[in-house]
Amino acid sequence: MSAINLKIEFGGGLELLFSNQRSHRIAIPANVPVPTPEGSDVQTKPADLTYLIFWLRDNLLKERAELFVENGTVRPGVLVLVNDTDWELEGEGEYQLKDGDEIVFISTLHGG
Amino acid sequence: MPPRTCALCNDARAILKRPKTGQQICKECFFYVFETEVHNTITEARLFKPGDRVAIGASGGKDSTVLAHVMKTLNERYKYGLELFLLSIDEGITGYRDDSLETVKRNQQQYDMPLKILSYDELYGWTMDAIVAQIGKKNNCTFCGVFRRQALDRGAAILNVDHIVTGHNADDIAETVLMNIMRGDIARLGRCTSICTQGEDTIKRSKPFKYAYEKEIVMYAYFKKLDYFSTECIYSPDAYRGHARAFLKDLEAARPSAIIDIIHSGEAFEIKEDVKATQKIQQTCRRCGYMSSNELCKACTLLEGLERGMATAAVTDRARKRLDADGPAPENLRTIPMFQLPSAPRQKPTTTAVEGTT
Ligand SMILES: [Zn+2]
Ligand SMILES: [Zn+2]
Repeated sequence: MSAINLKIEFGGGLELLFSNQRSHRIAIPANVPVPTPEGSDVQTKPADLTYLIFWLRDNLLKERAELFVENGTVRPGVLVLVNDTDWELEGEGEYQLKDGDEIVFISTLHGG
Repeated sequence: MPPRTCALCNDARAILKRPKTGQQICKECFFYVFETEVHNTITEARLFKPGDRVAIGASGGKDSTVLAHVMKTLNERYKYGLELFLLSIDEGITGYRDDSLETVKRNQQQYDMPLKILSYDELYGWTMDAIVAQIGKKNNCTFCGVFRRQALDRGAAILNVDHIVTGHNADDIAETVLMNIMRGDIARLGRCTSICTQGEDTIKRSKPFKYAYEKEIVMYAYFKKLDYFSTECIYSPDAYRGHARAFLKDLEAARPSAIIDIIHSGEAFEIKEDVKATQKIQQTCRRCGYMSSNELCKACTLLEGLERGMATAAVTDRARKRLDADGPAPENLRTIPMFQLPSAPRQKPTTTAVEGTT
């Protein structure tokens, strides 16, 4: 199974949930299963940002998941950048990840 | 998805969707519109005059770090003629404030501005660590808020400035509007949206980021690679504010203009001068000379409570009566040094407020 390599950065206090480490290099599967009714053939789709968010929660996050994920996406107030571009310009959760992408998550919720 | 071009210059690749307008813009245009909007806020409210000495309330966090950067940029670009200072309050919170003060010290170097750090310990004889050790985590935000407000004014007086700018942004102000609505505090509702507050004889305070969205402040810091500190205060139990914040962020996710809309609602409540007149008249504190609406200012009352081991004295009226019933303040009570407003006669330039150049 092929994998894609990503560089992940956390900022604005989010790094505290991820072993207090700002920068991470990870590899995730290039294709991931799509939820299907039981019994039917397993289908796959290219990994997207929504998949990555849950992958990070399940594999990298160390504490207080509710400060990172809420209602199937990042918690409101967490900014996401894809290769230094606002993810709102890149299709948000539907953005399909490519090998070598750099994804940044920044919390805006920590003190001024 | 194909790369989109900037809606403003129609040239460079867009990197940001503006929450206020939905526009997709490039990095250079983003810096320019963000700075220009703050400049417009400043000139429309006539916040400064040439020659003003202005302290930036600096916590090392994102808002005040971006504010210091933008104030320096605008002061040079538009020739405001301001003398800028950094003013930080050290509350004495181990592992929180000591780290953020390191950030402020780096800012001092990076922005080449004089820095004054004033600590609760030197002013009141108590650090927040010591206060929390005595009173617990329940009311500590009350102490910290009262002490910080007075410390900022005293720091400003030491720097001989008569104007403090703070990094409060549009999200902060909208959040405060919501909290005042939920508390039914109509008098405060209008006041909390004013860009500048100044009583008769107090130090002027203003919020140049009043209309700046938090998202853009954080994006600005990110793209400019500004050095800021981000950790929650370890003693912050203000759950009510936390809920208001989460609610606001949910509203913003559904409709980004919600933040500005809420500020406009608050502004619509701004009360008339004659109503204000019925509020308590300002006097000065009998013990420390600071502005106060009672005989003793809030900080002196809190300090007396701490010193006499009856720390809740100023938090409730009943507790204050218990303190009074316990007898007068002892002779050797620790007090706050006498407060004096910056009064050194300075040359008042004849020009009026800083005007826009366009
Ligand atoms: Zn542009
Ligand atoms: Zn006093």
